[in-house]
Amino acid sequence: MYQYIIKRVLLTIPTLLGAAALVFLLMRLIPGDICLVRLGSGGASFDPKALAACHAEIGVDRPVIVQFLEFIWGVIRFDFGTSMWSGKPVSTEILARLPISIEIAVLATTVAVAIAIPLGTISALKQNTWIDVAVRIFAIGGIATPSFWLGIVSVLLVLDISAAVTGTPWMPPIDYVPIWKDPIRNLSMAVLPAITVGYRYAAVSMRMTRSAMLEVMREDYVRTARAKGLINKLIVNRHALKNALLPVVTLIGIEFAFLIGGLVVTEQVFNLNGVGRLFVQAVQNQDYTLTQALVMLTVAVFVFTNLAVDLLYGWLDPRIHFA
Amino acid sequence: MSATLAADAPDPRRTFWQSTLRFCKREPLGTFGLLLVIIMALTGFSAEWLAPYNPTANDFGAMTEPPSLEHLLGTDQFGRDLMSRIIYGARTALIVGLTSAVFGGFSGLVLGVASAYFGGKIDLIVQRLSDIVMAFPLIIMALAVVAIFGPGVQNVILAITIPLIPRCSRVVRASALTIRSMPYVDAARACGFGHTRIILRHMVPNVMAPFLIMVTSFVGQAILAEASLSYLGLGVQEPVPAWGLMLQGGAEEYASTAPWIAIFPGVAIMLAVLGINLFGDAMRDALDPKLRER
Repeated sequence: MYQYIIKRVLLTIPTLLGAAALVFLLMRLIPGDICLVRLGSGGASFDPKALAACHAEIGVDRPVIVQFLEFIWGVIRFDFGTSMWSGKPVSTEILARLPISIEIAVLATTVAVAIAIPLGTISALKQNTWIDVAVRIFAIGGIATPSFWLGIVSVLLVLDISAAVTGTPWMPPIDYVPIWKDPIRNLSMAVLPAITVGYRYAAVSMRMTRSAMLEVMREDYVRTARAKGLINKLIVNRHALKNALLPVVTLIGIEFAFLIGGLVVTEQVFNLNGVGRLFVQAVQNQDYTLTQALVMLTVAVFVFTNLAVDLLYGWLDPRIHFA
Repeated sequence: MSATLAADAPDPRRTFWQSTLRFCKREPLGTFGLLLVIIMALTGFSAEWLAPYNPTANDFGAMTEPPSLEHLLGTDQFGRDLMSRIIYGARTALIVGLTSAVFGGFSGLVLGVASAYFGGKIDLIVQRLSDIVMAFPLIIMALAVVAIFGPGVQNVILAITIPLIPRCSRVVRASALTIRSMPYVDAARACGFGHTRIILRHMVPNVMAPFLIMVTSFVGQAILAEASLSYLGLGVQEPVPAWGLMLQGGAEEYASTAPWIAIFPGVAIMLAVLGINLFGDAMRDALDPKLRER
């Protein structure tokens, strides 16, 4: 077991290194020069000396290999340097944007789990009844609906309904307040994005729960449990659900890892200042250090969530042996 | 051969139309999906004849018109007919969706089968490379591709295809691994057949079922991804009519006064992806013998 964990942790190193090399290369392939953007000349005249000074300041005048080794050395020490655009430390920039993205990801996961597991289970238990058909249509609708469009439509609905009820249209706030300071304001901002993202997420997990549950309910141990006269509730909760949740846990873990960096579109729709937005800005400004740090963050979250899910698998199902 | 076995075995003499009819009888939802897909394909193919107006022509006398007999789905903030733009948008969505799915799927098929067949170092390298690409979120990959090559239909296809490859190769590799240990592959090797023949004649046909199901779902995913990218301004560019692009800018600005601008393109995306997914699900049920009796 420990050997397996060590092996898996070691295997994350090439993935992280590869991702680091990939983002380093991609950023340098993007045509343009951050110093030209910073000096504010869109092709107009500029002082070559100022340009050289700017290059020296952010360190892009050195050989590429030196820059790469320095970046890797920084990754190892968790030191990502300063943003080439704002001059502030990259960690400050990211930490300022992270809370809202994490909050939406956690809320969306909660919404997804709260909808997916009960509905998916009921759908499997009542297979081919009208409940099952309704749940399946609800689920397939969630996969087909673009979440950004759902966002636009939900804001539209909120506007219209609030205008009809109170007379003045109401919009969710867009400036972030920590939940412990003003919970109502915080939640009124985060709930709509969480639901629009959570619907798709719930749909995917619901389908997985249903198919896993259908498979498990045909297992021998469920038949045995029935044969010894256990009540249905116990069979479903103790015997079937626990085993059916294995693939669902994997899926939820992977989707969660994607959410942290993948909220770009949702943040755009709701005008939220999260990590996704920061990503777009960093790429557009050619901010090498900030983009590299953000990619490393999302890749690390993805890789370690995957690892955690794999280890959880062994704990949930003792039949799985790690070799 | 007993009577039941004969009934279960696919009848080689059944014609294309007979099997289609059988599929329609068994999978009503899938048939509905197939119908949606056919409608979308026909719309995309014959956009020139179907569209009542030029999709890029501005009519400043008829801006943000609500749906009427003249403009069935209304007009946008530049006076362009929404119905015509949605009809032409079907073509863009089809081109991007099909091309990305086919290229991504086939590259994944080749990599997955080769990775499973050769094993060892090749497998290790391919798997690590897939790990890296999979860990890269699609939108970020697309951002980089668009920043390097510029926006446009071809680059959107490239940006969407790259992340699909490792997803396909993973699934194909998993099925190919089980097939590799089948006696008939050993037999083929013992007969002295070359790698190419074993891969093409013995491995590839046997991973076709999961592969086809995946490529179908890729088409839907690619259409959604294209819409998201275009919405962010990173995908298809004006004046090419694309559904995601129609939701950008004006749609949000005019959402409360002219909601049809925001609603109809979204419905088009939803119906297209819904159709593809329903069809894909039905195909999976029809192809998977384990699910057949359920």
